[in-house]
Amino acid sequence: MKALCWYGKHDVRVEKVPDPKILNPHDAIVKITTSGICGSDLHLYDGLIPRMEKGDILGHEFMGEVVETGPEVKNLNAGDRVVVPFTMSCGNCFYCQRGLWSLCDNTNPAARESEMMNGYVCAGLYGYSHLYGGYAGGQAQYARVPFANVGPIKIPDDIPDEKAIFLSDIFPTGYMAAENCDIKGGDTIAVWGCGPVGQFAIRSAFLLGAERVIAIDDVPERLEMARESGAETIIADGEAVFEELKEATGGIGPDGCIDAVGMEAHGFTMDARVDKVKQAMKLSMDRPTVLRQALRSCRKGGTVSVPGVYGGFLDKFPFGLVVAKALTIRSGQTHVQRYLRPLLEKIQKNEIDPSFVITHRLTLDNAPIGYKAFLKKADKCIKIVLKPHALQQTE
Amino acid sequence: MKMAARDEDAARSTRPRRVASAVKGGRGITFQKTITVNRPVQEVFSFWRHIENLPRFMRFVQAVTSNGGNITHWVVTTDGEKLEWDAETIEARANEVLSWQSLPAATVDSAGSILFRPAAGNRGTVVKVSLSYAPAGGKSAAKLGKILGKDAEAVMEEDLFRFKSLIETGEIPTTEGQPHGGA
Repeated sequence: MKALCWYGKHDVRVEKVPDPKILNPHDAIVKITTSGICGSDLHLYDGLIPRMEKGDILGHEFMGEVVETGPEVKNLNAGDRVVVPFTMSCGNCFYCQRGLWSLCDNTNPAARESEMMNGYVCAGLYGYSHLYGGYAGGQAQYARVPFANVGPIKIPDDIPDEKAIFLSDIFPTGYMAAENCDIKGGDTIAVWGCGPVGQFAIRSAFLLGAERVIAIDDVPERLEMARESGAETIIADGEAVFEELKEATGGIGPDGCIDAVGMEAHGFTMDARVDKVKQAMKLSMDRPTVLRQALRSCRKGGTVSVPGVYGGFLDKFPFGLVVAKALTIRSGQTHVQRYLRPLLEKIQKNEIDPSFVITHRLTLDNAPIGYKAFLKKADKCIKIVLKPHALQQTE
Repeated sequence: MKMAARDEDAARSTRPRRVASAVKGGRGITFQKTITVNRPVQEVFSFWRHIENLPRFMRFVQAVTSNGGNITHWVVTTDGEKLEWDAETIEARANEVLSWQSLPAATVDSAGSILFRPAAGNRGTVVKVSLSYAPAGGKSAAKLGKILGKDAEAVMEEDLFRFKSLIETGEIPTTEGQPHGGA
């Protein structure tokens, strides 16, 4: 089959690789019909995530058709259309049984390494660092899906791929980010970063009852998409964001603040420039400009929700603000399995059509071009989906 | 703190007699780790009691067989090297402790103990594993060193995670055999 393989910073290649095989009793093999390139893939593309290996197959947002199942997979049959969650969960451990699916104890073959890094073992992920198991990902024509008895959700025939695909990651991720703000009627939610996760956080905040959503970014087409979702917008330009948010909320500050940017925030403040140098010199893994601003902007007693990827240690994290303003900070990899059914229902009831975020459709062969465009936000690129079995360029 | 103190007491009182003496002068390997598995203590104890289960998750261990009584036969291999020895079960208290010790004539001084107790909050079973392997001298010492290697403790720790996954899910997570670029 063909697959997109990682070779290093800004070096991804489409190669012929062997087809995946069933390796464990709870495995399934899925023929991939639609796959996404995620903002977190750009962290890999930029070479910021440790423990990648040359030849790793990327991709953790995918859906397709089940073509084979292992002997212990009773819930799926060949021919079923499924969306596959990006986090792997066993369904039997303490965490899975409490609905904390992304904290599963049993899906990461690199358990010891994960424990050394985090103190405890974190779940396996598709197409991400070997700290998360180094599982082959879904920017490929086929994928092996471990624990297929727990993860994949069947999609009814009348829901097209492009409405369903984002159940794999960014829709639940944006939704959990909004849910983590514990939104009450009348609340104002600020969202930093209007990439795909930010877009779903905006829509989700409204679905959860927010009265106002204020979106912050510096890319015109992303702000435009946010406005189409009903958000007010602020252009991200350094310290002014805090003042503008304060002004826009009558001096109170937003009730909830969502950092949908993460470790590669490119701020325009002094601390941001220092962060960039430190990250480049590997003195610090993350550039938390946005997180600092969110902590400062959030109203007293509010919640700062962090769905954006952070990889390690933060420099100059203003913890005093957390204490002084009694802030709540909530984060985590998305517990995707928790949201699959309720969010599929919202799609079926036409409360949301997740395909609004797609700007580009590419063949797998053109995925390397897609990475380049996504990184540079060229051609108004917000979200790329890949069609791994399409023979010709579809758009 | 109280819990930790009690745990240590329990470990001392039930530690097999000869574990400490199995490793002489810093040679060999000792390993100790505690994990909680989300299965009832009876099931977890029974899994370890059926000692032929061990090679399912212990990668050094090719086979363990019991003579039906107190004697077990161990076969350890890697990279074509192979060592065998007999061990005697010292203690087998249902749902509490299992311990064994290699026989005096064995080529490898090996000992192990597994302590079991129900986890607080109905969270399954706390399993405390202590293992040691030491060369008994001569040619076997070199062989053992070669087999265990410098990553022996890492392998034993990984094995314990493999045990947890196996008993909780029925399989051990793996990527061995998956596709990869540049092959």
